[in-house]
Amino acid sequence: MIYVFDGSLPGLLTAVFEWFERKPGLVVLKSKDAFQPEAFTEVFFVNNDAEKADRVWTGLQKKIKKEWLRKFYCSYLSEIPEAYQHLFQFTIYIFQNEKGAEANYGNNDVMALSKYAKSVEREKHRMEAFIRFQKTGDGMFYASIDPDFNVLPLITNHFKNRYADQQWIIYDLKRKYGLHYDLNTVEEISIDFSADVNKKNPAAILMDEKEELYSLLWKDYFKSANIVARKNTKLHVKHVPKRYWKYLTEKQLG
Amino acid sequence: MSFDRIREKLNILADAAKYDVSCSSSGGTRKNNNKGLGDSHSSGICHTYTEDGRCVSLLKILLTNHCIYDCLFCVSRKSNDVKRAAFTVDEVVELTMNFYRRNYIEGLFLSSGIFKNADFTMERLLLVCKKLRLEQNYNGYIHLKTIPGASDELIKEAGLYADRMSINLEMPTEAGLKLLAPEKSHADVIKPLDFVQKNIAQFSADKKLIKHVPKFVPAGQSTQMVIGATPESDKDIMYTANAFYKNFSLKRVYYSGYVPISDDTRMPVLGTQPPLLRENRLYQTDWLMRFYGFKVQEILNDANPNLDIDIDPKLSWAIRNMQHFPIDINKADYKMILRIPGIGVMSAQKIVQARKFGKLRIDQLKKMGVAYNRAKHFITCVDSPYQLKDYQGTQIKAFILAESHSKYLKTDSNQLILF
Repeated sequence: MIYVFDGSLPGLLTAVFEWFERKPGLVVLKSKDAFQPEAFTEVFFVNNDAEKADRVWTGLQKKIKKEWLRKFYCSYLSEIPEAYQHLFQFTIYIFQNEKGAEANYGNNDVMALSKYAKSVEREKHRMEAFIRFQKTGDGMFYASIDPDFNVLPLITNHFKNRYADQQWIIYDLKRKYGLHYDLNTVEEISIDFSADVNKKNPAAILMDEKEELYSLLWKDYFKSANIVARKNTKLHVKHVPKRYWKYLTEKQLG
Repeated sequence: MSFDRIREKLNILADAAKYDVSCSSSGGTRKNNNKGLGDSHSSGICHTYTEDGRCVSLLKILLTNHCIYDCLFCVSRKSNDVKRAAFTVDEVVELTMNFYRRNYIEGLFLSSGIFKNADFTMERLLLVCKKLRLEQNYNGYIHLKTIPGASDELIKEAGLYADRMSINLEMPTEAGLKLLAPEKSHADVIKPLDFVQKNIAQFSADKKLIKHVPKFVPAGQSTQMVIGATPESDKDIMYTANAFYKNFSLKRVYYSGYVPISDDTRMPVLGTQPPLLRENRLYQTDWLMRFYGFKVQEILNDANPNLDIDIDPKLSWAIRNMQHFPIDINKADYKMILRIPGIGVMSAQKIVQARKFGKLRIDQLKKMGVAYNRAKHFITCVDSPYQLKDYQGTQIKAFILAESHSKYLKTDSNQLILF
């Protein structure tokens, strides 16, 4: 049997509720984007229901520790199709067992969530490290990213606490939404880039007059801090995988 | 400030500071509750990595590379023919703020050559910290060098603004230090380390009684030793490290493989490869002492004064102590599981939690992240294959070496010629 949901977190939680109401045995959960009809398998389309989703979430909160709620949420943000299946089975497993069952690393779904969460947390940490703001002429600090996973919800507080006295925008080009901090609150925004805008590097003319100086000083610093006799390219690339170089001021030419 | 001059200064003073390897930005507890700039991240963040693979977390600079001392191992020594420069206090403040605002760095690491005298230097370092904290509302990380010989008042005041303070031992033994820097002694380092440590203890004792006690060096102290410039054994180095961890509650001891910068005959010749593998083994030992419950005497002693180059110290300890193995994963204490080669802290914790739900099998261990090919020689679990004969430690070492691909094999030959 296949359950199809809309890809949202309430949808996933509703799916769990529906399963407990019907107990159809083994079920494969797919998001509607990944779903392709199969000839001999029964399909059930999950209708989002806020009340049902809430009940499942509240139930989870009672059953598992806070750090595991976070792992659950992180796994969901991974947007990996197989993760949905593990989240679904994990939730059923938790409800069918005594409190504390999430510590059973011998269980397939527990281990899977633990791994997804680790990857997502790593990507979150990388964004906290690799985001580089550019100061624009109107005093806004701007950065665009395209992370492997949907980590914007996870980094909001970090940047809000850290850069409390400057306005900033972090924009996810892949998922087409961003965060804007206006010195008081962080709000979700979406920008309509016109076709001729270079989203990675807005034109220099829009930049603060000192922006070039500081990016140059930073590039200089990056070169000076290197010890040539200890060159270790393999380690360098391991820590800063090439796909992140496009973010990094110090990795741009010139 | 002129564009080119500030670039030149930064190049000189960053280049001179890079041999100080401390990069940590962790342990800071400063919260941004004044709506200022910066908020410490308890675990620290590495914002980038240089091409030598070292992390860049802090803007690491000297205030000046003018110095009245002539320590042979130091690139800023008086007699060395290098370009000299000095930042003004405001220049450092502005650089720090602007780098921090762009998310380049976690904070500032400020050291300095000694110009005029210790107090004169310390005063200027303190001034930078005060401007950042009091005028700029800056809550980012500050790692400040304690200048040996500076007055207690200055050091104590600096401790109110810095997150971490450090003084480098430079050479692992007094004899080594005397050889290369006759003007200095370990006692010069011990006195201020001890002074800061006593104050940290005092402030945290006060904190239990009084609600609002200011922070004092909340991220603790660290030190650094240069490795391979003088002929100490690994045992000398790690026993010194162990003593300093114990006596001064240091957060970290750093080991810095000597990069030849002098043609003096008392030191390795220019062009000698820095002892990177040895440095790595020392760090592994340091980790075993701090996180794996090993005593330094178990790893290094008179019978084994130097660490093995071809295998890591944990494996080395295990094959010397085969009487403890094999360990039953499903029964053994957490402490013993930690000692198994191929099992780290994270997988050890997972093992102890998971085995409450049922006896563990090989495939489960692998999924938890255990390096099974290494660990299999030292453990039994439910479906371990029956072992007909007991292998000797040396045989196991040969098995493991045969199937491992050391990332250091290329540099091996460079390691052995040093002593």
